[in-house]
Amino acid sequence: MKHLIKNPRDFWAGVMFFTLGALFAGVGFTYKIGTAARMGPGYFPLVLGLMLAAFGVAIALLALRDKNAGPGVEKFHWNVTFWVLFPIVLFGVGLKIMGMIFMGLMVVIVSSIASEEFKLRPVILLAIGLVIFCSIIFVGGLKLPIPLCPAFGVFEQLAACRV
Amino acid sequence: MELLSNLQLGFGVALAGTNILYCFIGVLLGTLIGVLPGIGPVATIAMLLPATFVLPPVSALIMLAGIYYGASYGGSTTAILVNLPGEVSSVVTCLDGHQMAKQGHAGKALGVAALASFFAGTVATLLIAAFAPPLAELALKFGPADYFSLMVLGLLAAVVLAHGSLIKAVAMIILGLLVGLIGTDVNSGVARYNFGLPELIDGVGIGPIAMGVFGFGEIIRNLEHGQKREVVASRVTGLWPNWQDIQQSTWPTIRGTILGSFLGILPGGGPVLGSFSAYTLEKKLAKDPSRFGKGAIEGVAAPESANNAGAQTSFIPLLTLGIPPNPVMALMIGAMMIHGIQPGPQIMTAKPDLFWGMIASMWVGNFLLVVLNLPLIGMWVKLLSLEYRFLYPAILLFCCIGVYSINNAWMDVLLAAGFGFIGYLFGKLDCEAAPLLLGFVLGPMMEENLRRALLLSRGDPAVFVTRPISATLLVISVILLVIVLMPAIRQKREEAFVEES
Repeated sequence: MKHLIKNPRDFWAGVMFFTLGALFAGVGFTYKIGTAARMGPGYFPLVLGLMLAAFGVAIALLALRDKNAGPGVEKFHWNVTFWVLFPIVLFGVGLKIMGMIFMGLMVVIVSSIASEEFKLRPVILLAIGLVIFCSIIFVGGLKLPIPLCPAFGVFEQLAACRV
Repeated sequence: MELLSNLQLGFGVALAGTNILYCFIGVLLGTLIGVLPGIGPVATIAMLLPATFVLPPVSALIMLAGIYYGASYGGSTTAILVNLPGEVSSVVTCLDGHQMAKQGHAGKALGVAALASFFAGTVATLLIAAFAPPLAELALKFGPADYFSLMVLGLLAAVVLAHGSLIKAVAMIILGLLVGLIGTDVNSGVARYNFGLPELIDGVGIGPIAMGVFGFGEIIRNLEHGQKREVVASRVTGLWPNWQDIQQSTWPTIRGTILGSFLGILPGGGPVLGSFSAYTLEKKLAKDPSRFGKGAIEGVAAPESANNAGAQTSFIPLLTLGIPPNPVMALMIGAMMIHGIQPGPQIMTAKPDLFWGMIASMWVGNFLLVVLNLPLIGMWVKLLSLEYRFLYPAILLFCCIGVYSINNAWMDVLLAAGFGFIGYLFGKLDCEAAPLLLGFVLGPMMEENLRRALLLSRGDPAVFVTRPISATLLVISVILLVIVLMPAIRQKREEAFVEES
């Protein structure tokens, strides 16, 4: 398998395009297709999905040719990826319940773990500074409708939470 | 004379008290974020988009345009001082600019970059003012079939001018078109590809995609490679170029401006292509080409002027046709729609204050850039010496707040995270992300026009070749495709891109 694929990056890109194209075409098929004159919602995506799948096959096949030889796919750094994206997901899910202050601290501290030179103390200081900055600029100044504090109990009585 | 009265109207709007203030804030914020390494204009605009929501549309767009110039210029500053291009278009500036900085001429390099950009900006503003109206008038004659063909041409051109593999770029465009179709189909009201999620009924926003692919994905890439950078100059002095420098850079600046202005109009071109070509041109014209790459002042002046000219003229297709020639303009379309403005030829007549105000603000923005950057350079240097491990969590937090605020939708934050991973994956597989964003914006427009064209012709596809405008555009597309696929040209194209990288 390995010596068959001359350009792994192209090959896997082709596989990706084929999969996505097939997916879009497959789902598109479940919508009303219609005719060229009266296209249903499924017509355009179906055509595009099939095109994408075809391109994917072509890209993957071309990657088997000697002439197109290229470097292998670089290693995935799952660790870094996780520590960057996980706090973002948490922020999205938790913002309305927990408020920006807690979620902001969380994003800065958790995402800092992705760095090789993680040190807790400076990171906590950075987090506090950034959260104060964001609260003043975005919520206080620009009046973006972002909840600052958790949406329960004692916090709602605090004056600082009512901006 | 109409031009003069139009410009007068425009300057009246752009110089009105609050607007000039917003232009200033935009330029300042744009430079501030643009200076940060690894953050290009796309992510910067996406991040700062919510900051413009409270403003009236004209001020908001003026500010966004300011953010764009600021971000581009900030990118050049980073390129010169730390040899880290924030975006593709400042890659070339790195070559000679950073060498100049190493030899102790950082100030001069920055000064020339600012002045060359200002000159280019002035010329490009005049070009837009002169050529946008006739183009918009022509565009009013366009029917659905013509629009469809125009978009085909635009997307094809974007592919041809893009880096790397042609066929992958085409696939990325198609993928972008498909992602653009997610959400409710306007004709039938059917929700497509939302997988039962009510949050996806309105489709995927451009903010999450831009932020994910160009922001989060980029941050992961930077972190895995470990950021090694050194700021060359802790203190920058001698910003004003001397007489000899000015003489040396005058013609390169003029040539760069012309080249950049022209290439900026082309889809997919934008500032990137301009700066590369301008650099190559100067190297070819130079008496002693070996000076290039070792701190030649022309190697800064030419690409910087081309870069800025292209950044401006790429507004022409946006303002006249409503078609974005590059990802930044795609984002601008998104911003306009958020403010309830449908980009297209009708803007000029329906909202002359917005149209001319924006054009005039481009010149004002460029002027502010010079005024702002030369004295503030010390501050940017300080910002640059911040360690990346403290920078990226801050960027992430700003991005999270920014992407949430576009629609106050938590789903957008999750989508951005998802697209962050997809962007990272694209990077691993050598898939250029810019065509995806173009396709994404054009997807719904293309479908709409295709459907309308075929409805009007009762399903007869001949309508695309019988209408003169559409036929012309398609013929140009075919010629373009044939040219690119010809073996000789293909090899040249590959060579050209190898030289760049």
